[in-house]
Amino acid sequence: MSWYFFAALTVLTVGGGLGVVSTRNVVHAALFLLVSLLGVAGLYVLLLSEFLALVQIFIYGGAIIIVLLFAIMLTRSREYPNISDNKQWPLAALAAIGFFGLLTASFMANDADFETRNRVGFTVLARALFNDWALPFEVASLVLLIALVGAIVIAQTERQGQQ
Amino acid sequence: MTLTHFQIVSGALFAVGLYGVLARRSAVLILMSIELMLNAVNLNLIAAASYLDPERFTGLIIAIFVITVAAAEVGLALAIILRLFRNRATVNVDEIELMKW
Repeated sequence: MSWYFFAALTVLTVGGGLGVVSTRNVVHAALFLLVSLLGVAGLYVLLLSEFLALVQIFIYGGAIIIVLLFAIMLTRSREYPNISDNKQWPLAALAAIGFFGLLTASFMANDADFETRNRVGFTVLARALFNDWALPFEVASLVLLIALVGAIVIAQTERQGQQ
Repeated sequence: MTLTHFQIVSGALFAVGLYGVLARRSAVLILMSIELMLNAVNLNLIAAASYLDPERFTGLIIAIFVITVAAAEVGLALAIILRLFRNRATVNVDEIELMKW
């Protein structure tokens, strides 16, 4: 049964990714990205980490897609419905396929048969995050704050009569 | 399902994102492809944490930090793209030759 879920979520994830890199319409690309990220959230559920699936849906589905759509609307120019790839796309396809082959070969090479999975409860995760990883957690919050303040400073419009 | 299946899915997603970064012209679409690659890395980390390290699940916590940094990166990159669009009226990366030798 879970095999069917795995196959469906794989199709959703990789198919959404292929949609992102192949569609001509940039808004469709954002919606394909949403499909792909929801597929990844489903794979997290299959891996028994529901917390990460929730975080994935909230942050990517809720926040990042909205911000990307904002950027698309704000930078819409004449050529937008007909975005195109650059001339090096055959080389890029070759590099991507070669890299995928390399990764698959190295994953197959040490294919030990791990079958057991353990569920990580919310409480256990929170205890680890706020005890053992408290300092990195605070640093991450600082990084987020500084990055967003910097984003506001970069994107703000100059007032009249000011350089 | 074994660990290898999840790893192959994440490898496929990473390769798709790599193709997008190399072949797309619009900076917004390159950003989306980078998000795909970060998600592939997260999938790999969580699969490894779930199968190999169920007592300490370090990969799961690193994935939370990757998501944080990805959110910061998207905000900052979109600010830069907006500023670039205001100055140059384009977001195509091959028309932005400020640092060309």
